[in-house]
Amino acid sequence: MLHRRAWVYGWLFLSPALLFLFAFTHYPALNTIISSFFSTPRGRRPAKFIGPENYQEMLQDPVFWKVLSNNFWFAAGTIPISIGLALLMALWVNSHLRGRTLARMAFFAPTVLPLIAVANIWMFFYTPGFGLIDQIRGGLFGLPAINLLGNPDTVLAAMIVVAIWKEAGFFMIFYLAALQSIPPVLREAADVEGAGRFYFFRRVMLPLLMPTTLFVSVNAVINSFRLVDHIFVMTDGGPNNASSLLLFYIYETAFKFWQTGYAATLTVVMLILLSVLAIGQFFLFDRKIHYQ
Amino acid sequence: MRAGRAGWPDFDTALNTVAMCLLAFLWALPLLYAIWTAIHPAAYETRFVLTAPLTLDNFAKAWAAAPFARYFLNTVMLVTLILICQFVLCTLAAFAFARFRFPGRSLLFTLVLLQLLVMPDILIVENYKTIRAMGLVDTIIAIGLPYFASGFGIFLLRQTFMSIPRELDEAARVEGISFLGLLWRVYIPLAKPTYLAYGLVSVSHHWNNFLWPLIITNSVETRPVTVGLSIFSAVDAGIEWSVINAATLMTSGPLLIAFLLFQRQFVQSFMRAGIR
Repeated sequence: MLHRRAWVYGWLFLSPALLFLFAFTHYPALNTIISSFFSTPRGRRPAKFIGPENYQEMLQDPVFWKVLSNNFWFAAGTIPISIGLALLMALWVNSHLRGRTLARMAFFAPTVLPLIAVANIWMFFYTPGFGLIDQIRGGLFGLPAINLLGNPDTVLAAMIVVAIWKEAGFFMIFYLAALQSIPPVLREAADVEGAGRFYFFRRVMLPLLMPTTLFVSVNAVINSFRLVDHIFVMTDGGPNNASSLLLFYIYETAFKFWQTGYAATLTVVMLILLSVLAIGQFFLFDRKIHYQ
Repeated sequence: MRAGRAGWPDFDTALNTVAMCLLAFLWALPLLYAIWTAIHPAAYETRFVLTAPLTLDNFAKAWAAAPFARYFLNTVMLVTLILICQFVLCTLAAFAFARFRFPGRSLLFTLVLLQLLVMPDILIVENYKTIRAMGLVDTIIAIGLPYFASGFGIFLLRQTFMSIPRELDEAARVEGISFLGLLWRVYIPLAKPTYLAYGLVSVSHHWNNFLWPLIITNSVETRPVTVGLSIFSAVDAGIEWSVINAATLMTSGPLLIAFLLFQRQFVQSFMRAGIR
C-alpha cells in the first residue's frame, strides 16, 4: 500500500504479536545467555556475576557429556530411519496399491497421539516378562524375559524405536504433498525413454524431493532436541542417565535441583547446537539442490 | 495398476502390497494392542481369544480414579484460548507483513521466523521466571501465553495473504472500506482453508503438549489431560495395565476419533501447513 501512513498501520497491526513474541521468545533467549554467567539466586541471596564458572562446571560435569552423547545417538538413530521410512510410506500410499487408505491411516495415527500417551502404550510392550515383546519371545522362541528399559545398553535403542514410530507418519505427509506436485508428464517421458524405475527414482524424483528432505530433516533435528515427554513416563532418564536427553537434563537441573543458573548454561548449549545444525543443513542441502 | 517392466507386473505389485500391509500392521499394532486391553477384562491382557468378553469397566475405573472430567475441561479451555489468540495475533501480523511497507519490515520478519528454530518449548527456565514475576504460575492462561504469537502461524497466513490479488484491495479501498474492514471482508474469507489447516495443527499440538504444562501447573484445576495422565499412570499403587491403557485411550480419544472421521481433511491440512 502506497499511503504515507502505511508504516503507522503496519506497526499498529504488528505490535500485539511482536509484544508476545519478544516477551516469550526473544527476551528469554537473550536472558538465557545473560543468566548463564550468573549464580543461581537462593533465598535472600540474589544472583551474582560469576563469569564463566557455570561453563567450567559444565565441562567437568560427566552427566552433561553423557546427555549430549545420548542426544547425538538418539538423533543419529531417529532421523535417517524415520525419514527413509517416511519416503517409503509416501511412495506406497501415493501408488495404486490395494489397502493404501488403511495403510495411510495406520502410518499417520501415531502423529495425532500425545507423546505421553504413546509412551504409556509402549511401556506395556516393553514390560519384562509380561509385555508383548516378551510374550512373543517366550511364547514362540522360549527365550527368557528381558528388561529393555532397565538395561543401560538397550534403553536408548528402545526409545529410538518409539520416536521413529511417532514421527515417520508425520514426515510421510510432507513427502506425500511433494510427490503429488510432481507432474505426471515426467513419468510418461521416462517411460517413453525406457528409463528403469530405480533410475527414474534416483535421477528424477529424489532431486525433486530435495527441498522436502531439507524441510523434513530440519524439523527432525529440532524434534530430536525438543521431544522428551516419553522419558518422563518410561525411564525418568535412567538407568544411570542412559536415556536422558539434553532438554530433560535442563528440566531436571532447573525444576528438580533448582539450579537455574546452570540450567541457563545448558540451554545456551542447546540454542547453539540448534542454530549450528539448522544453518549447517541449509548449506549442505543448498549445494545439492543447486547441483542437480 | 501400472505394469512394471520385464513382464512381472503382478509379482511386483503383490510384493509391494504385502510389504506395505506388513509395515502398516506393525504401525497399527501398538494402538490395536492398547485398544484390546482397554476393552477386555484384565485377565485377557495377553490372551488373545476372540471369545473374550467385552467390557467398559476399565474406562469406568479410570474415570473414577482421577479427576479426568476436570482435566478435559482444562484442556478444552486451554486449546480454545490458544487458538483464538493465535488467530487474532497472527492474522493482524500476517496482514501487516503482506500488505504494508514500513521501516524494519524484513528485519522483523526474520525475527518472527527465528521462532521456528528457537521455540518456547526449550526456553522453559526463563519463561518460568517471567510467568512467576507476573504472578500467573498455576493458571491456564500461563500455559498458553508463550504460544499466543506463533511464528509458524504468521508465516503461513502471510504466504496466503500475499497470494490474494491486490486488485481486490484497491476495489475495496475505492469503496471506502477501512483496513480492518478489508481484512475482515476480503482477506479472512479467502484464507479459510489456511485457517482450517492451521487450526487443526494448532489444536492437536497443544492438546498433546506436556513439558511446559507440567512445569507451570500444580493443581487439579489447571492441569491439562496430558499432565493428568502422566500423574495417573506414574502412581505405583498397582493400577492394572488395562485401566492405564483405558485412560491413555480416553485422553487421546477425542483427537483420535476426530482424526478417523476427518482423516482426509486432517492429512490435507497437515500437508497444506507443511508446504512453504
